Amino acid sequence: MRLKVNNIEFAYNSTPVLENISMELDRSEVLGIVGPNGTGKSTLIRCIDRILKPQQGTILLDEHDITNMKQMDIARKMGYVPQSTTRVFPASVIDTVLMGRRPHLGWKSSEEDMDKVLEILELLGIMEFAMKDFNEISGGQQQKVLIARALAQEADILLLDEPTSNLDIRHQLEVMEIMKNVVKKKGISAVMAIHDLNLASRYTDRILMMNEGRIFATGDPASVLTIENIKHAYGVEVLVKSDGERPYIIPLRPIN
Amino acid sequence: MKAKHSLVTKEEVKEQYNKFVGRKFFFIFFFSVLVVIISGISTSLGSADISIWDAYSAILHKFFPNYFESDWLADACVWNLRLPRILMGIVAGIGLGVAGSVMQAILRNPLASPYTLGISSGAGFGASLAILAGAGIVSGKYLIIGNAFVFSLLCSFIILGLSSRKGATPETMILAGIAMMYLFGAMTTILQYFGEAEAVKEAVFWMVGDLDRSSWPKLTLITGALVCCIPLLIIKSWDLNVMGAGDETATSLGVNVKRTRIVTMVVATLLVACIVCFTGTIGFIGLVAPHLTRLAIGGDNRFVLPVSGLLGAVLLISADLVARNIIAPVILPVGAVTAFMGAPLFLYMIMRRGREYW
Repeated sequence: MRLKVNNIEFAYNSTPVLENISMELDRSEVLGIVGPNGTGKSTLIRCIDRILKPQQGTILLDEHDITNMKQMDIARKMGYVPQSTTRVFPASVIDTVLMGRRPHLGWKSSEEDMDKVLEILELLGIMEFAMKDFNEISGGQQQKVLIARALAQEADILLLDEPTSNLDIRHQLEVMEIMKNVVKKKGISAVMAIHDLNLASRYTDRILMMNEGRIFATGDPASVLTIENIKHAYGVEVLVKSDGERPYIIPLRPIN
Repeated sequence: MKAKHSLVTKEEVKEQYNKFVGRKFFFIFFFSVLVVIISGISTSLGSADISIWDAYSAILHKFFPNYFESDWLADACVWNLRLPRILMGIVAGIGLGVAGSVMQAILRNPLASPYTLGISSGAGFGASLAILAGAGIVSGKYLIIGNAFVFSLLCSFIILGLSSRKGATPETMILAGIAMMYLFGAMTTILQYFGEAEAVKEAVFWMVGDLDRSSWPKLTLITGALVCCIPLLIIKSWDLNVMGAGDETATSLGVNVKRTRIVTMVVATLLVACIVCFTGTIGFIGLVAPHLTRLAIGGDNRFVLPVSGLLGAVLLISADLVARNIIAPVILPVGAVTAFMGAPLFLYMIMRRGREYW
């Protein structure tokens, strides 16, 4: 078991956001977190990476409690891909990805670090933007750069916060394909918060559906993405079709 | 995925990247040479007639007496009068340029300057208190300097203390800084309101900032501060890069954001306070030098810090050269001249830059 979350609770000031969350992540597994806006998906991901500290519960990373780990050691094991980043000051794409090497090096980057970065840029097909400024490229390309940075971290687990939320349909599919491929190729695991239920269905091994800060349902896509569950969690009437393996969700109308 | 990668090869990217890094080293070299040249010109200009070569030779005579000649006049003029002032300009410029780039990086704000944390208002109040009321922390000839130093740190540490309770985010720091600026500014105004005309004039002149009060002991002190503070900041410059991507990303990359922000702030503040208490508030350089630097070499703080420091020195000694000679024998306050020369240059660079962001 790569990652084990036991009964965590988190509150901003005194408003509870997460209650009683437990989950596990296996080797080479892609776990999707779905649920309505404001349900605590992003908060859960930030708690796992100790960007936020839960008030209760434990998070075990390869059997180690992360509250006793150094931030730098956590960074060698887990990479975080934020929804989007706005930089105030310029940074080239290549320098942005090179920052992913931070947990592995001190002040100076070596030739070897550079080679690793170039390899990742090639893997994600963004080599041609290497010398461009991060702020100059499109949202879809930026998302790939952020994933590249997390890959440069050489972490075993990637945490992605709605990686497809600002992207057109082609970039959505490209990003999800990239994730599927790197998980398979590098034997890493991924947790991603995701809005699009159809993308979640197609590209994740297991889904965790949240509602109002709690886990509402968990299991493989077919067992979680049912008419009943979606109606309950989202208040939406849907049709669920299936191609035999994965469910497809067709939204109909909100329920009053 | 489309097989687009073939358009650009790894080797090409590597070559371009190395060229880019080479460009950054070139600017370090270029500005270093420029500092030496402008210092030479500046040393030769003044009421006593000394040529540039006499000036260089008088400087080198001290180190290599066998190889370089010097006469009494040049020696006295250069070593006692002009060199302390010019060297003061160099170290103050370096300190302000480095501190400015650190403040902007750490607060992720293009409007931040070495004075964002209230150093100038604190120093201004401390100096006014000494000049107008004669009261202060230390007595004697160090009254003004001591007061300016202590109050600038006091003001900054109040801001740091308050904002670290709220997680030390850039926004709280900047807003707390502005609040303290008004508070100390108001206290200075009250002091001036009740002050004697001559003393008020002196206090105002102090705040504009100049290099007239330069001397070898003061220079030694500031150089000491530079030698202690700048390496610390340069060591942290890679973390400053990472923090430029946002606090969350920096945390996920293993950087202790809150601690790094406070440590670098304290170091930069100390550095600036050491300079300001001797020179008065020469403000503009710390704001402009980092921006001009980023326009030239991009935003990698490992290079922005040193280049911005050198550029700060170039700007300050050029401004001083003008201030001393434009309507000689009157010496204009260098703080005002820096803004006079720097503002149009800065505006021009802003208008012609190719991008919308910093």
